[in-house]
Amino acid sequence: MTNSIRDIAEESRCIFIIGSNTTEQHPVIGSKIRRAKRQRGAKLIVADPRRIDIAEYADLYLRHRPGTDIALLNGIMHVILRDGQQDADFIAARTEGFDELAATVAKYTPEVASAITGVPAAKIEAAARMMAEHRPGALLYAMGITQHKMGVANVMSCANLQMLLGNMGVAGGGVNPLRGQNNVQGACDMGGLPNVYSGYQPVTQAEAQAKFEAAWGVPLDNRVGLTVTEMLKGAEEGTVRCLYIVGENPMTSDPDLRHVQYSLDKTEFIVLQELFYSETAPYADVIFPAASFAEKEGTVTNTERRIQRVRKAVEAPGEAQLDTWIITQLARRLLALGAAEPDTAAPFGGWNYNSPQDIMAEINALTPSYAGVTYRRIEAGASLQWPVPNESHPGTPILHVGKFTRGLGRFAAVDHTPPGERPDADYPTVMTTGRVLYHWHGGEMTRRASGLLAAYPEALIEVSIEDAQRLAIEDGDMVRLVSRRGAVEAKAWVTERVSRDLVFATFHFPDQAANWLTSAEHLDPVAKIPEFKVTAVRLEKV
Amino acid sequence: MPTLTINGQPVTAPEGATILEAARAAHIHIPTLCHHPDLSNVGACRMCVVSVEKARGLQTACTTPVFEGMTVHTDSAEAIATRRFVLEMLLTDHPNECMTCEVNGDCELQDLVYDYGVEWPQHDGARHSYAFDPDPNPFIAIDRNKCILCGRCIRACTEMQNRDVWSFASRGFATKLVAGADQPLLDAGCESCGQCVAYCPTGALFDKMSLNKGRPSQVKKVRTTCSFCGVGCNFDLHVRNGKAIRVTSARNAPVNGLALCVKGRYGYDYIHNPERLTRPLVRAKWLDPARLAQQVADGTWQVREKAGRRSQQTENGQRSTSDNAWPTDNPALTIDHFIAVDWDTALDVTATKLAQEKKRHGGRSFAFLASAKCSNEENFLFAKLTRQLMTTNSIDHCARL
Ligand code: SF4
Ligand code: SF4
Ligand code: FES
Repeated sequence: MTNSIRDIAEESRCIFIIGSNTTEQHPVIGSKIRRAKRQRGAKLIVADPRRIDIAEYADLYLRHRPGTDIALLNGIMHVILRDGQQDADFIAARTEGFDELAATVAKYTPEVASAITGVPAAKIEAAARMMAEHRPGALLYAMGITQHKMGVANVMSCANLQMLLGNMGVAGGGVNPLRGQNNVQGACDMGGLPNVYSGYQPVTQAEAQAKFEAAWGVPLDNRVGLTVTEMLKGAEEGTVRCLYIVGENPMTSDPDLRHVQYSLDKTEFIVLQELFYSETAPYADVIFPAASFAEKEGTVTNTERRIQRVRKAVEAPGEAQLDTWIITQLARRLLALGAAEPDTAAPFGGWNYNSPQDIMAEINALTPSYAGVTYRRIEAGASLQWPVPNESHPGTPILHVGKFTRGLGRFAAVDHTPPGERPDADYPTVMTTGRVLYHWHGGEMTRRASGLLAAYPEALIEVSIEDAQRLAIEDGDMVRLVSRRGAVEAKAWVTERVSRDLVFATFHFPDQAANWLTSAEHLDPVAKIPEFKVTAVRLEKV
Repeated sequence: MPTLTINGQPVTAPEGATILEAARAAHIHIPTLCHHPDLSNVGACRMCVVSVEKARGLQTACTTPVFEGMTVHTDSAEAIATRRFVLEMLLTDHPNECMTCEVNGDCELQDLVYDYGVEWPQHDGARHSYAFDPDPNPFIAIDRNKCILCGRCIRACTEMQNRDVWSFASRGFATKLVAGADQPLLDAGCESCGQCVAYCPTGALFDKMSLNKGRPSQVKKVRTTCSFCGVGCNFDLHVRNGKAIRVTSARNAPVNGLALCVKGRYGYDYIHNPERLTRPLVRAKWLDPARLAQQVADGTWQVREKAGRRSQQTENGQRSTSDNAWPTDNPALTIDHFIAVDWDTALDVTATKLAQEKKRHGGRSFAFLASAKCSNEENFLFAKLTRQLMTTNSIDHCARL
C-alpha cells in the first residue's frame, strides 16, 4: 500500500474498491471502511463482478464483467478528462506520459466502456463524478485486479486514475493493494522473488550483485530466476530437478492441478517444510516438520509495510523445528559438502545465527529500506513502516509524498484486451475464484481450526438465480463445474452475488478446489501471474 | 479551552470534552460501566455520577460536557451512595457465580462491587435464569444472566464493526439482548468478529472455544501478530499448560485495536491440531537399505502408513530411480514409503542430494518456493540459501496465487 490503513479509514473522502472482497478477505480493513462510510460519511464505490458483502454498503456498485477492469477504469478517466476534473497541477508538476494516456482514454466514452464492461454508462459517469468531487480518495485492490492475463496493466490503470485525480502522496489517497497473506509483503521485501535481492535490489544490476557478492563471499548468478509457474513448467520439462517448498501447497493453490500433479511427479527431489501432511506432501521426498507462528520469534510485514513482532507462546510439537534452525542446519551441511565456498573474509558469508536478531542485523546491513528496523526499536514499542533508512528514522506511513520514488509518476496508457481464456458453446460460463470469510488460502490451517470448519464445513459454488432456474438447480443441490482441464463437484449456493453465466468457486477444500479447473496457460507477460479470475466452464446439475 | 475544578484541582479540558474525559486526562478516577472510550456515550448505567456545584442532582460524567468555572466533586457522599445503589440493583439480578465465572479477575462489575464493598443480595424475588449458551454458533457463548444491559456490545457492533447485529428487545425487567430479530447469531448477519465479547465488561459474552480452559490469573499472555491475512492485526495469545487457549484483542494494537476477524480471534487452534507433523519423514528410496532395516528393527525409525504417489509414476517410467539401489527384501516396505527418521539423517540426505545435484546439473536445476506464511528472518535465509549456496535466483512464493 502506498498509504496506511489509518489514514484511509480516517481521511479518505471517497474509497474506491476494485477487485477486493474486503470485508471477507481483509475483514478488519473492511470494517474500518464500513465505519468510514457510516460514521463519517465517506463515499464508497465498489466495482466487482460479484455483488460481494462490501457492495451492500456502497454508494455506487459497478458490476463489471470479469477481465474488463481496464475498460472500466479508462471509461471513468474518460469522463474525468472530458469534464476537466483532472488535477492539472499535479499532472504538470509530478507526472509524465499524460498525453498518451489522454489519447488512449479518449476512445473509452462511457458508451464504449459500457459495451465492454456491462456497467451502465450512467454509472460510469456517476463514479467519475463522485471521485472528482470527493478528494482525497483512496483506491484499494487485491487479487481481483492482479490475477489476470492483464494483471500488470490493470495495476497501471489503477495508478493512472489516482494520478489523474491527484490522489497520490496524500493522506487518504493512494493506490493500495491489500496483501493476502500475513507476510506476503515481507517475503517480497526479503528477496523471496526471482528478480530481486532484499529491498528490491535487482539481481541483474551489477552494483547490487557486487554488494551481495562481497557480503556473502561467493559469485552470484545475475540472471533472473524462475517464478512459481515457471518452476512447475521447468519441473515438467526436466530442467528443474530439485524443488524446495516451505509452507506452500501447490496442490491446492496453483492453477491446473492436474498439471501441477504431473510436474511434481516428474521432479527428481522435492523437499517440503510444513505444519501438516498437506495435499503436496504425497509428492515430497523429504518432509521437515516445521514450527507455527505461535512457536517462533521473528518479524512480519503487513500490507501497509508495517514491521511487527511474532512471539513464541508455546513449544512446537514433537520434534518440529523452527524454519530458521532447519535452513541453517541445511546450509551448514551444504557448506561442509562444498556446495559453495564463501570467502571467509566476507562479513556475512557464514551461517552462524543464534537468534532472529542476528538475522535482522544482516537484513539491516544489506537492505536499505530496512536499515533502521532493529529489534531494539521494535521491542521499545516502535511500530515502523518501511522505508526506514536509518535507526533514527520514524518510518514512512505514506509513500510518494512530494515526489515519486522514481522521480516523476509515469502514466502508462493501456488498452482493454480480452482475457486469455474465452467461453464457447461447450464452456459458456465464466468461473471466477476467491476465498470466503471463514477460510484462508488452501485451507491448510483453517480446515484444521475447529470453529472455522464448523462455521463453513464444505465448499460451496455460487450460482446465479438465472442459471439455477435454467438448470433447475435448488440451493444446496450438488452441481458439477467442468472446464477444459478438469471437473469438480460441490454444493450450489444460489445467490444474487453472481450474475448470469458467472459462477464463483474457492480452493479451500482440496477435492473441490477450483484449481482443478483453472489454467496455467494464460499468464501475465510481466508478472507471470495466472489468470485465476477468468476460467471458461460448463455448469451442470449432478 | 475551559478550565474547571475537579476535587479541588484545576483542570483544563478541550471544548466539548465530558467531565469524564477531563478527569481521566488529569488522572482523576471516575468509575464507569457502560462507557468505553472507543464508543459513543449513552449514560445508561449511572455508575459515573458526580456532584457538580450549583447543578441540580448528580450528573453522569460520561455524558456531561465541561464548562468554564465548573466545580466537580467525583466522590461526594451522594455520588458514592448512588453508585452503591446502582451496583446493588445490578446484583439483584446477577448470579453469585464469580467462583466459576470465566472472567473472574477480569470483570469490570466484579471490580466495582469490590471497590464499593457491596454485598450480593439474598432475596426471594425474581432473578433471571436464562439458558446458558443457547446460540448454536461455534464462537460466541451468551450468558444472559450475567448481562448488565450496558449496551457496549450493541454499540461495538454498530459503531466499530458496523454490522448492527445486536439490540435490546422488550422493556423493564424483560429487557433482553438479542441478535437480529431474536435469531441465531449467524442468521442475523454476524461475521463472528467477536468484538462484542471484547467490549463486554462482564462474562455475559465469552469466547466459546475458551470455556473452561483457563481464567485470567491462570494464563500467560503473549502479544503477537495474526498468522492469516496481510492486515497485520496484533493480539494476545493466552497460554495455559503449554497450550494456546484463547485470543484476545488489545486496545493498543497499532493496526486493529480491539477489532479482529473470525480467523484471527477464533482460528488459532490449528496449532494444536493432532495432525501436526512431529517427525522428519524421508521416502525409503533415499535411505540406505541396510541401515533402514536396522533402524526400523530397533524402533528408532518408523515406517509410516502413507506412501506417496511416486510408485505409480515410476511404473510409467516417468521417474528415474537408477541411482537408488532399493528395495530391500521387506515386503511391507516399498521405496515410496515415508520413514520417520531422526533430524540428522533427514538433513544429511537432503544436503547430500542437493549438493550432488548442484554439482551434476548446476544451480539452475534447483528452485525454492519460499513462504508468505514465514517471517522476514526466515524468508531472508531462504533467499540466501538459494542465492549464496545453490547459485540461482529461482526463488518465489505464492504472492501471485
Ligand atoms: S452482553 Fe455484555 S456488553 Fe452486551 S449489554 Fe450485556 S453486559 Fe453489556
Ligand atoms: S485478524 Fe483477520 S483481519 Fe486481522 S490479520 Fe488476522 S485474518 Fe487479517
Ligand atoms: S458510565 Fe456513565 S452512565 Fe454508564
